Amino acid sequence: MLKFLSKRIVQIVILLFIYVTIVYWLMEAMPGSFTDKYLMNPKITPEIRQNLEKQFGLDKPAFTRYLYYMKNFLKLDLGISFSHFPKKVSSLIFERLPRTVFLFVTATLVSYILGYNLGKRAAWRRGKILDKTATFVGIVFWTIFLPLLAIFNIWLFGVILKILPLNQFINPNVWRGTDLSAQNVFLNLLLNAFIFLVVMMISLIFAQRVKTVAAKRTIVLSSAVVTLTVSIILWTSTGLGIYALDIILHMVLPVLTLTLYSFAGSMLVMRDTMLEVVREDYVVTAKAKGLPDRVVRDKHAARNALLPLITNFVISLGFTLGGGIITETMFSWPGLGRAYLEALNSQDTPLLIGLLVFTGIFVLLAHLIADVLYAFLDPRIRY
Amino acid sequence: MTERSETIVQESLWKIRLKLWLKEFKRNWALFRERKIAIFGLSVIIFFAVFGIIYPLYPTIMKNVFWKDDIISYETFTPYDPIIGFDPNIFDHPSPPSLVHPLGTDPLGRDVLSMVMYSTPREFVLGITAALITVVIGTIIGASSAYYGGVVDTFFMRLADIVMLFPSLAILMVLSAFIELSLFRLALIIGILAGFGSITIVLKAQALTVKVRPFIEAAKSTGASDAYIILKHIIPNILPLSFLYMMLNVTGAIFTEAVLSFLGLANIRMSWGVIIHMAESSGYLMGSSIGTYWWLWVPAGACITLLCSAFYFLGRGLEEIVNPRLRKR
Repeated sequence: MLKFLSKRIVQIVILLFIYVTIVYWLMEAMPGSFTDKYLMNPKITPEIRQNLEKQFGLDKPAFTRYLYYMKNFLKLDLGISFSHFPKKVSSLIFERLPRTVFLFVTATLVSYILGYNLGKRAAWRRGKILDKTATFVGIVFWTIFLPLLAIFNIWLFGVILKILPLNQFINPNVWRGTDLSAQNVFLNLLLNAFIFLVVMMISLIFAQRVKTVAAKRTIVLSSAVVTLTVSIILWTSTGLGIYALDIILHMVLPVLTLTLYSFAGSMLVMRDTMLEVVREDYVVTAKAKGLPDRVVRDKHAARNALLPLITNFVISLGFTLGGGIITETMFSWPGLGRAYLEALNSQDTPLLIGLLVFTGIFVLLAHLIADVLYAFLDPRIRY
Repeated sequence: MTERSETIVQESLWKIRLKLWLKEFKRNWALFRERKIAIFGLSVIIFFAVFGIIYPLYPTIMKNVFWKDDIISYETFTPYDPIIGFDPNIFDHPSPPSLVHPLGTDPLGRDVLSMVMYSTPREFVLGITAALITVVIGTIIGASSAYYGGVVDTFFMRLADIVMLFPSLAILMVLSAFIELSLFRLALIIGILAGFGSITIVLKAQALTVKVRPFIEAAKSTGASDAYIILKHIIPNILPLSFLYMMLNVTGAIFTEAVLSFLGLANIRMSWGVIIHMAESSGYLMGSSIGTYWWLWVPAGACITLLCSAFYFLGRGLEEIVNPRLRKR
C-alpha cells in the first residue's frame, strides 16, 4: 500500500508540473494582454501603460515569466490578480471556494442519495414501471441543456410561484442594516453543515451496531432532529438567523437545478452495477434462505453495488469548476466558475492560471482519494 | 466429402460474409427492438433528420400561402431567412407565434421556426463529426496501446491522464479567444480533446481482453504483421463498444457547442445555442419576461435536450447489445 501510494504521489507531482506548464503556455498564447484594455482610454497615456506593463512584469520575455511563475508556484504562491489588483490569487480562490464547494457538495450529496435509492429500486424491479420512468426521466434530465433547466427553474419558482429569490448570493435589502460580512455568516453556515454531516456519520455508525430496524431508525432520525434544532436555536439566539436564512434561500434554486441535472448519473451507475450484483450466487442464497425481499435488496445486493458509486462520488467532486461555470453564471452565484468567466473576459491571466491549476490539484487529489478508498472498501483489491 | 467442398467453393466469400452479417444484424435488431427507450431515441433522431432535411420547403410553402399578394416585400426582406430575415409587416419584434410565424419572431424580426430548422442539420454534422473523430482516435490508440504495451501504452495513458485533468468547457472557452471556433473547427477540437481522454482508457481495457484470446496468437503464428492484427482482429472486436461511445459522444459534442454558443464564445452564425444566446443577450430572459417571451428559448432548448437525450437513449439501447451482462437473460 505504501509503495503504491508513494508511486502515485510521484506520478501526481509530475502530472501536475506538466499540467501547469501546458496551462501557462496556453494562457500565454492568448492574444492581447490585460493592459490592452486601456488602449482606448484617453486618460491613460502610453507612459502610464508602459509603467503598468512593467509593474505587472509583462515587459519581460514570456520564458522568463514562466520561470518566475514556476518558482513562485513551488513556493505555493499563485501570484497577484490583475483585475482585483492588490489581492492575491490564492486569497481570491479561497474566498470563493467555500461557496462553490458548499453548492456542489450539497447538490452532489442529495443527487447521490436520490440516485442510490432510485437505482437500487429500479434494478430490483427491472422492467417495471418504476424502472422505466426513472430511467427515462433521469436520462432526459441528464442530457438536458443546463441553461434551459436553470431558466425554467427561475421562471417557475421565482416568477410564477414567487417563493424563491431569482439569483445572486444575498438580498441587499436584508443586509442593509448590519455591518456583518456575508462571507463570515456563510463560513459559519458551512461549519454548521459540516458538523451536521459528522453527527450524521457518527449516528449511522452507531445505528449499525443496533439490532432492530426500529432502533436504527430512531437513532438516525433523532440525531438529525436534535442537531437541526440545536443549530436553529443557536442561529436565532445570536440574531444571525435571518441572514443565514437569506443565504440558504438563495442556495435552493442552484442546488435544485444541479441535483435534477446530475442525479441520473449516479442512478444509472447504481442500476447497472446492481443488475450485475443481483446475479451473484450470494443473492440467490439469501433469497433461498427465505430472507425478506427488502433485506436481500438493501443488505446483500445494494451494499455490494455501492462501491463504484462511492468512487464516482469522490471523482465527481473534482469536477466542480467545469460544471460550475454554467450554473454559477445562470444564478449569478459568486463562486469559482463565475470567477473564471470574469477572469477570461478581463484577461486576468494569473487568476485564470490559478483557477485552472487549483482545479487540477483538486481533481488529482480526488483521484488519489478514490484509489485509496477503493482499496479500503473492497477487501479484494490490494495494491 | 467432395460434394461438400464443392458447395463451399460455389458460394463466394463476400456472400457468406454478407449472410453472416445479416444474421448477426437480425439477432441484434431483435435485441434492440425489445428496448423501447432505444426505439424512442432512434425515432426522435429520424424525426430531427427529416425536420432538418425539409427545411428548404418551409419558406416556399409560407411564401405561397401568406405572401402571395406581397411578393415584392418578400423578395426584399426574405422573412424566412434564418440569418438576415426580417418581417416588415409586424411592428414590434419579438412577436408571439402566429399563423405567419408558427414559432414567433426573435428580437431582430427573424422567424424562430426557420432558425430552428436551419440549425438542425448543422447540429447533426457537428455532433457526428466530433464523435467520429473521437472514436477513430480512441479506437486506434486504445487498440495499439493494448497490443504493444510498454512505452506506447505508458505514453498514451499518461497523456489521457493529462487531458482528463483539463475541464473541457473551460479550455474551449480559452481556445475561443485565439481560434475562431467555426462549426467544423469546433467539431474537430471537441473530437480531438475527447479522443485522447477517457475513451482511450475504456477502449484499451476492452482491447486487453481481446488481446489474450487464442485467435490473436494464431494470427501471430501464421506470420501476420502487427498492423494487420490490430486492424483486422483487435479493432473489429472492440468496434461495438466504440460505436456505443460514439453515440454518447454525440450528446456531449452537441451540448458543448450549445453551451459555447449560449455564452457567445463560438463563431457560429446560427445554431440552437445562438438562438438562446440571442434571447439572453437582448434581455428577454430576465424576471417575468422569461414566461412572456417563451418562444425565444423553449423551442431551441427543447430541441437541444431532445436530440441529446435521443442519442443517449440510443447509446443505452446499444449498450445492452454490446454488454451482455446487462441483458435480461
